[in-house]
Amino acid sequence: MNIIVCMKRTPDTATKIAVKDGQIDPACLDTWIINPYDEYAIEEALQLRDRAGEGKITLVSIGPPEAQETIRKGLAMGCDEAVHLVDDAFAGLDPLGAAKVLAAAIQKVGDFDLVYTGWKGVDEDHGQTGIYLAEFLGLPHVSMVVKIDDIGDGEARVEREVEGGHELVRTSLPAVFTAQKGENEPRYPTLRGIMGAKKKPFQTWSAADVGLDPAGLQPVQEILSVTLPPQRQAGRIVEGETVEEKARELARLLREEAKVI
Amino acid sequence: MSTNNVLVVAEHLDGQLKRISFECVTAAAEIAGSLGGQVQAMVLGTSLPAALAEQLGQAGAQTVFTADDGSLQDYAPERFAQVVADTVRRADPAVVLFGATARGRDLAPRVAAKLGVGLASDCTGFAVKDGRLVITRPMYAGKAIAQVALQSSPQMATVRPNIFPPAEVAPDRQEATIEPVAVGEIAAGAVVEEFQAKGGDRPELTEANIIVSGGRGMGGPENYVVIEALADALGAAVGASRAAVDAGWRPHSDQVGQTGKTVSPSLYVACGISGAIQHLAGMRTSKVIVAINKDADAPIFKVADYGIVGDLFDVVPALREAIRELND
Repeated sequence: MNIIVCMKRTPDTATKIAVKDGQIDPACLDTWIINPYDEYAIEEALQLRDRAGEGKITLVSIGPPEAQETIRKGLAMGCDEAVHLVDDAFAGLDPLGAAKVLAAAIQKVGDFDLVYTGWKGVDEDHGQTGIYLAEFLGLPHVSMVVKIDDIGDGEARVEREVEGGHELVRTSLPAVFTAQKGENEPRYPTLRGIMGAKKKPFQTWSAADVGLDPAGLQPVQEILSVTLPPQRQAGRIVEGETVEEKARELARLLREEAKVI
Repeated sequence: MSTNNVLVVAEHLDGQLKRISFECVTAAAEIAGSLGGQVQAMVLGTSLPAALAEQLGQAGAQTVFTADDGSLQDYAPERFAQVVADTVRRADPAVVLFGATARGRDLAPRVAAKLGVGLASDCTGFAVKDGRLVITRPMYAGKAIAQVALQSSPQMATVRPNIFPPAEVAPDRQEATIEPVAVGEIAAGAVVEEFQAKGGDRPELTEANIIVSGGRGMGGPENYVVIEALADALGAAVGASRAAVDAGWRPHSDQVGQTGKTVSPSLYVACGISGAIQHLAGMRTSKVIVAINKDADAPIFKVADYGIVGDLFDVVPALREAIRELND
């Protein structure tokens, strides 16, 4: 089973966002991780490959040259090869553009049964790229996959998370899955994995390498401005002689003052 | 050149329109008012009850496109997206809105891809400037708020639940024009075969009006009965922090925060949750926040409207009792 995992680096979720000149201040984005949802996709892919006992996992990632370090972490987790898409034309891509680049790269990699990626990036929270990608590859997709019940020759049955439960989806393969956080915990790279990652095939491709004209990648979604959310003021600590008294006073405040119960 | 109309792709379950669809109609009416266009709606399914189109009309849609076909019984993204994309080409709206639900988040990007246009996700506000939308949407799970514009047409967006009030169904409103949509044979590789309910009768987290959440301070999965009892007294959903989910105490579907759900209920009760930045991002837009924590220095108190410093195992049952007394 050959799997292509599309991953990207995102700022650590502990990042405190700052705004400068009406946009996110790049200086506040100083710690980078594998996008957590892409990490779930990697873990699922590793387990699928290892259960099948054959096949390879190719990481495909768009990012600046510095992203190489994060992509190597994916190799250290156990993926087999990586393709790093680096080009000035890839800076500031929106999901539509990113999907065009990924589709071109995936077609060049070729020979796969499954494309797996995170359902969204924890940076701009679009949750679109994997689905655009499926359409551009002419493949079915299943989004927010939490569990693979069965995967075999040309077909899979998977579960996706929806409000109040799971939808059980049957799909033909190849397909594109986007990962929601499921039952599997992404593994930490071992020391051996980290050392081995340095010797794994790692290619760097530009827009020209995947046959794309930068003019067709201009974002259609423009971020006009960014602000920080209004600060919440700390409210009041409800006091009382006993726990019961505090609880009664809180219930009263919620009904009479806040009017929410 | 498109029309100035705004099309809402409605969602229904068990023969009922979902609340989010009426919320989308409210957003659509605001936009259509500024553009000088109509509100339109679309429903897809098999043997659709006439009431669906009727109610969308009574909520404010002037035209309702109905795609009623045997092949639309079970959700299949490729097929549904093709039908919506064909209808969008025919109706030529300026704006297309979906709910930011599991369904809408799945369908909208596939439609946008078929049309080769951009899409703004999980939007919380719309303004019109020079005939184009200025869209408000959170990023970084709400740590930042962006104003975005889409350079492609139609302008497509998914609308976050619980932000816009649902449009009122007024039976005396003029009837909507029903436009049936012909559905041809469309191949689909992926098809939903079954729905498995999980989580019992409590409201769903992203749709809930009240949420009671438990974190690391819960100490173990068995202690959530305390949270559940308070939730049931309030008709609330149960949430959890990442610490509780990573410990295996609660399923991920309960997680509130940057790698979980972003929620905006009227009341959020955080029990034994310290208030890590990732958690605050996911719930800070709640109307009223209550914190119950034994650590008076916990960051959660800095965003809480009301706080009780104390052991949650004493405070939460006492609060449930106080609410019962209030309701009697």
